[in-house]
Amino acid sequence: MRNIIIILIFLLLFPLTASISAPRDDYLGQLEKMAKQFDDSFSGFSVERGKELYFRKSTTGKAETPSCTTCHSDSPLKAGQTRAGKPIDPMAVSKTPSRFTDIEKIEKWFRRNCKSVLGRECTPIEKGDFITFLMSQ
Amino acid sequence: MKIKNKLIITIFSLPLIATPLALTASDDNVPPIKNKLVLEECGACHLAFQPAFLPAISWEKMMNELENHFGEDASLDKEMTREITNYMMANAQKNKIVNFDNPPLRITELRWFKHEHGEREAKNMLNKKKLNSYVDCAACHKGADKGYYDDD
Repeated sequence: MRNIIIILIFLLLFPLTASISAPRDDYLGQLEKMAKQFDDSFSGFSVERGKELYFRKSTTGKAETPSCTTCHSDSPLKAGQTRAGKPIDPMAVSKTPSRFTDIEKIEKWFRRNCKSVLGRECTPIEKGDFITFLMSQ
Repeated sequence: MKIKNKLIITIFSLPLIATPLALTASDDNVPPIKNKLVLEECGACHLAFQPAFLPAISWEKMMNELENHFGEDASLDKEMTREITNYMMANAQKNKIVNFDNPPLRITELRWFKHEHGEREAKNMLNKKKLNSYVDCAACHKGADKGYYDDD
C-alpha cells in the first residue's frame, strides 16, 4: 500500500518538475531556429562559447559594466550583487532552478545587459550559448 | 526647509530628551510606494526610492533616459515606462524651486542629503559596512523600503 502511495506521489509530481524547465527548453528551441537563420554553419550551442561570453572583458559597452561578472560575480555558482547593493541569485540553473523559465524576463535582461556590457543586443547564438553554459553549471 | 525644521525640532526637544521621537519621526519619513510595478521594476536593482525624494521634472527626465541609467541600460517597454513615470511624477516632491534646465537626478547629491550624511558618524558607518556609496539606504535605514529614515 505504502509503495503504491509513493508511486502515486511521484506520478503526481512528475508533470510539475517537468513543467518548471519546459519554458526554458521552448525558448532554447526558438533560439536554435533563429541561430540557424542567423548563421548557416551553426551546429548547436556551446558551453565553451557561453563560458567565454560570461567571463569576457568588454570595452564596447558602458564603462561601469565591463563584464557579466561585474554584477554576477566571478562564478555562476555564487550569488552576485547589483552595483546598488542588491543581492542577485546565482546564475547557474543548478543553484537557481527558476533561471531562464520566464521568457519575458529573459528577453528583458538580455536586452538590457547585453547593451550595458557589449554595447549592442546579443545574437541568438550568444543567448543560446550563455543559457547552455549556465545549464551545465 | 527640511534642515531648518529639523534644527527647530532639535532645539525645542533638547529639554525633553525622552519625548522628541514622536516629533522627529514625521520629518525623516516619506510616504511609501504603493504601486506594484514601481516596487518590482525599480526594486529589481536597488531600493525603490520613494517619489517624494525628487521633483516631478527629475523623474520625467530619468524615465526618459532609462537606456543610460547611471551607467546601465534599465530600459522598459513603453507601457511599463508610462505607468512608472506617471506614478513617480504624481507623487513627486512638491513646493521646491527646481532648475528646469538641469533637474537633480541623484538623491545623494542633494544639499539636505549631504548635510544629513556629511558628519563623521555617517562616514564611519559607510566604512564599517564596506559600502562605497550611499545608494544602498537600507544598509543603515532598516525601514527604508517603508519610507522610514528616522533611525539614525
